[in-house]
Amino acid sequence: MPDIDLATSSVRDLNAALHALTPKNNGDKLSNETLWRVINPGGKHAIAAGLDFPARIEIEGPVGYYCAGMNKKGSVIVHGNAGTGVAENMMSGEVRVKGDASQSAGATGVGGLLVIEGNASARCGISMKGIDIVVKGSIGPMSAFMAQAGNLVVLGGAGENLGDSIYEARLWVRGPVKSLGADCIEKEPTGEERALLADVLGRAGINGEARPEEFRLYGSARTLYHFHIDNAGAY
Amino acid sequence: MSDAPRTPPRFSATFDPYSIAEIQRAAATGIYDIRGGGTKRKLPHFDDLLFLGASMSRYPLEGYREKCGTDVVIGARFAKKPIHLRIPVTIAGMSFGALSAQAKEALGRGASAMGTSTTTGDGGMTDEERGHSSILVYQVLPSRYGANPDDLRRADAIEIVIGQGAKPGGGGMLLGQKISPRVAKMRTLPEGIDQRSACRHPDWTGPDDLEIKIEELREITDWQKPIYVKVGASRPYYDTALAVKAGADAVVLDGMQGGTAATQDVFIEHVGIPILAAIRPAVAALQELGMHRKVQLIVSGGIRGGADVAKALALGADAVSIGTAALIALGDNDPKWEVEYQKLGSTAGAYDDWHEGLDPAGITTQDPNLAARLDPVLAGRKLANYLGVLTLEAQTIARACGKSHLHNLEPEDLVALTVEAAAMAKVPLAGTNWIPGSSF
Repeated sequence: MPDIDLATSSVRDLNAALHALTPKNNGDKLSNETLWRVINPGGKHAIAAGLDFPARIEIEGPVGYYCAGMNKKGSVIVHGNAGTGVAENMMSGEVRVKGDASQSAGATGVGGLLVIEGNASARCGISMKGIDIVVKGSIGPMSAFMAQAGNLVVLGGAGENLGDSIYEARLWVRGPVKSLGADCIEKEPTGEERALLADVLGRAGINGEARPEEFRLYGSARTLYHFHIDNAGAY
Repeated sequence: MSDAPRTPPRFSATFDPYSIAEIQRAAATGIYDIRGGGTKRKLPHFDDLLFLGASMSRYPLEGYREKCGTDVVIGARFAKKPIHLRIPVTIAGMSFGALSAQAKEALGRGASAMGTSTTTGDGGMTDEERGHSSILVYQVLPSRYGANPDDLRRADAIEIVIGQGAKPGGGGMLLGQKISPRVAKMRTLPEGIDQRSACRHPDWTGPDDLEIKIEELREITDWQKPIYVKVGASRPYYDTALAVKAGADAVVLDGMQGGTAATQDVFIEHVGIPILAAIRPAVAALQELGMHRKVQLIVSGGIRGGADVAKALALGADAVSIGTAALIALGDNDPKWEVEYQKLGSTAGAYDDWHEGLDPAGITTQDPNLAARLDPVLAGRKLANYLGVLTLEAQTIARACGKSHLHNLEPEDLVALTVEAAAMAKVPLAGTNWIPGSSF
């Protein structure tokens, strides 16, 4: 298991090594390199950004902006807080933040699972495109703005203007929602959607802490899908 | 009825026929006009500049014998793999979605034949455009529609779009007629909706954040790719300086004449500044930072002929970018479709309802029958021809000014025909040594 100390090595060195992991050179001989440990991250930016391999990266401390940005296949665990844009545009794999996350967590994520065990700040899940995001705490204002697809699951509450201008993403919130954004409404979930939520909770490792029936579902009223003069006041 | 002469009908200069028609249209529909293209108003432009050419004190080059270089390298500041263009004319970002797949292929074919780059747009990269573009610039836009790390890595350069000249401060739109199943899938949107694109990036705010965003993109692509920052011309001095500070390899500066696939007419006509007014402030910022020719400046908005290319370069740009002109070269607004333009309430040369997806030329459409009208091989050839002419014309002027490379053109080669152009371009009014606003 490689240990990378970011007090003495650069983020560039770390990412270059991670990007060098390919199925081709990761036969039996190198299989032990699928588990990496990063120490002294010191809030540095772009740690483990651009992973494209099913490695597991344990980061022992806080990370800066864009940790695990555009992650594909990788599993990244942050034992600390995360800065802006953690797991932005993630394609697949899993990112788990043991602490809190700053704004734009999981922004534009296409796939995979992002779990934030603390709270997430503003714009969590902004423009999400298929990613599943689970926040054990609460999320800040303007979260899921223009969210297109995927599930945002919040065990706590949500700030102002949740789901403003939302497309087809599903927003599950267990606690209070300060206000809904334009074209975002509460919806009655189907049994299939409840099952989907249960699956997301299960994959996030949340068993017993919260039950699917405790969540309310918010989504698009679809009234702003076409420009119409009667909707001008909504923008 | 008296035979005495009557006062003839007189139209108001303020309430001219177009303004009256717009008031009537607005009153009838209750919504603003949306259209494609760039500003149509008359603006100070490259037409207001002239080259002086060689004379007693300047030595010209022989037109057909002495070399005049045209190449440009972009991205050597930080990228491990800068791109090398044979000509300083690139194809601006235009999306599959706004354009048909045939049009995107034709752009790639034409640009590749001339050794220059083409650019993706909102909605991501298609395999066809990657396949037909030898040098492809990948746009990272606020919407991030279709964004993914694989396309970042298979691009030759990355362009972070902050704004465009037709609508600085505005997001994109693509109306439902053009959200075909394939476009919808690429953008993760329901089919047929009127798509909105965000005007701000979702995960960074301001130049300090942009610096970190650029760092992330460099990390993801292992510092291989040049990274451009594209801005709509509004505050070019500060935007250029901040882009340099944020770590850009190149700055793309788009004047208000630059086109759009679909935007409110009021936005196109009233926000932003002409490219003529934007180049010198941007160059000044680069020079003050010691970055002129190190961070490349690519300018766009209203480039039509080789004289425009030469003038832009003489003012300090490293390259120009074309969008509208490239579409015209492919076949947009071709008089052969006049009957159909008239059915759409327009005429060849004025057709700008690109957002409706009914383009008779098969370029700004997702209708398979219309799109099939555009032969991408022939259209690509026409674009290559046009790019060739732009280059030859620019070389002709440069040689007349005694320059062995287009980049050797300089402001000293230029004069202005109007006080406004002289002030904006910071070159003397023709026949004088007066530069308005200059202290000497």
